[in-house]
Amino acid sequence: MAKITLEDVDYVAGLAHLTLNPETREAMARDLGSILEYIDQLERLDTSGVEPMMHVLDVTNVYREDTVGESLSQEDAFKNAPKTDGEYFLVPKILDGE
Amino acid sequence: MEYEPVIGLEVHVEINSRSKVFCACLNNFHSPPNSNVCPVCLGMPGVLPVLNVAMVDASMAVGLALNCTISRWSKMDRKHYFYPDLAKSYQISQYDLPLCHDGYLDIEVDGASKRVGITRAHMEEDTARNTHTIGGGISGVDFNRCGVPLLEIVTEPDIFSADEAFAYLTALKQILEYLNVSDCNMEEGSLRAEPNISVRPKGSTTLGVKTEVKNVASFSGVRKAIEFEIKRQVKALDSGEAVVQETRGWDADRGITVSQRVKESAHDYRYFPDPDLMPVVVDDAWEERIRQSLPELPQARKRRFREDLDLSEYDAGVVGMTKDLADYFDAAVVAGAPAKQAANWITGEILATLAERKSDITACKMKPEALASMIGLIGDGTISGTIAKELLPDLIESGGDPKAIVEERGLVQISDSAELEELAQAIIRDHPGPAQEFRDGNKKAIGFLVGQAMKATKGKGNPKLINQILTDALSQE
Repeated sequence: MAKITLEDVDYVAGLAHLTLNPETREAMARDLGSILEYIDQLERLDTSGVEPMMHVLDVTNVYREDTVGESLSQEDAFKNAPKTDGEYFLVPKILDGE
Repeated sequence: MEYEPVIGLEVHVEINSRSKVFCACLNNFHSPPNSNVCPVCLGMPGVLPVLNVAMVDASMAVGLALNCTISRWSKMDRKHYFYPDLAKSYQISQYDLPLCHDGYLDIEVDGASKRVGITRAHMEEDTARNTHTIGGGISGVDFNRCGVPLLEIVTEPDIFSADEAFAYLTALKQILEYLNVSDCNMEEGSLRAEPNISVRPKGSTTLGVKTEVKNVASFSGVRKAIEFEIKRQVKALDSGEAVVQETRGWDADRGITVSQRVKESAHDYRYFPDPDLMPVVVDDAWEERIRQSLPELPQARKRRFREDLDLSEYDAGVVGMTKDLADYFDAAVVAGAPAKQAANWITGEILATLAERKSDITACKMKPEALASMIGLIGDGTISGTIAKELLPDLIESGGDPKAIVEERGLVQISDSAELEELAQAIIRDHPGPAQEFRDGNKKAIGFLVGQAMKATKGKGNPKLINQILTDALSQE
């Protein structure tokens, strides 16, 4: 039933900023297709009496109090930055929509 | 063809918690760039965000003030997109189960009440701030804003004019200020409004194609942007063109909206539940605790001012404009000031004096008790209203006890009849013209003579008594 086309793979890869070589592209279509087929199997089960699981962990309400802790020094903050002027992380200019 | 606009509003509010929403970095707009950052808000791998409980409390307070249902169970989701304002390439937000939903806000437009539906209010994190002024094809990124708690409030498409949108935003901001959950400073971006606008043939029940307008920095800008968009869309439809569903940027200098071409796939956010963050489960007790903590809200307060304290619609509106002002007024009334007079002083001389100094009630050194005391001094005849007006700027600037100042400066009103009778005779002698007019039946001429007497006493004469004495003197002749 569920079938993943190469176009679907390209679209999803595009969203994730991935470049796939031709073999990976086809393997991906096969793998994703079979995963979706498995989901189709699950969908055939009668789950009308089962509460939906909306989170993987059975833990709720984990919070921190609103207190201020220490931040990084600017020097440490910029340590991994490819480019900085000491104030900002510098990136190629990107405006909305480009 | 005749068209009608349909408008919905998305408002983003930065919550003024001390620390950020998922880490302990300071939440402060004015810090030097990238000084309030840590591995969590910089999006380093392997970190664990933990939700700030103050964000949940504040969001619930806003939700309740907007008559929303508070979800018993809600969760945080990841919204994926690539942009340099998010280092981890996803924003933590709420997708299908927002904390607050299905509320409403009643607004007033042209004296009529109107209900605007609130679809939802959900918790998320603000993103980093990009600055494009560096030049050389380079943008700077400041992560101080990344992880600042952000509440997004979305209305139903219930708004049908730019004026209604303006009224909604004004009422919403007033509530947020009353709740003290945000600075609501549009220039600093702690309150951001994005209208989406469509038009449809009048009477139609289906919605037209909508555009969303961004980069609007003020409520009046929102009004102008909506007005422009309505005209633009009507013009397009009238000339047979289609309106394209898109995001448009507001160019305040040119007063127009400009298409911001965005790849369609950029809006495919691939939401999924964030496994780092645990679901938010609110029980009755928690909701009730927040409900009890809500202050009296603007509409209720205005109603009380009108109905219980007998203020005019106008006075109740002005005095209730901000929580600080309404608190000031309430305190003056508690201290014994008659409500009407307290409102007159506040809406008149006090606000005018503060406005001249580009200041507001929070900077007023005159305590509400002092205003009550000053009104009392006028009431018992100790000082005239004229003297009170003269005293006011000093009181507002430096504070102090009006009674002590009046005595110290010798401003106590002259209510000694003998002294005033002598003065009345002199005034009549010096101004035979107006005196004769009065004798001839022009009763208004007394005003001039009273004015002269007040001038002669440097405002200290009791104007009522002077009026009486002058009238008697001129009538007995």
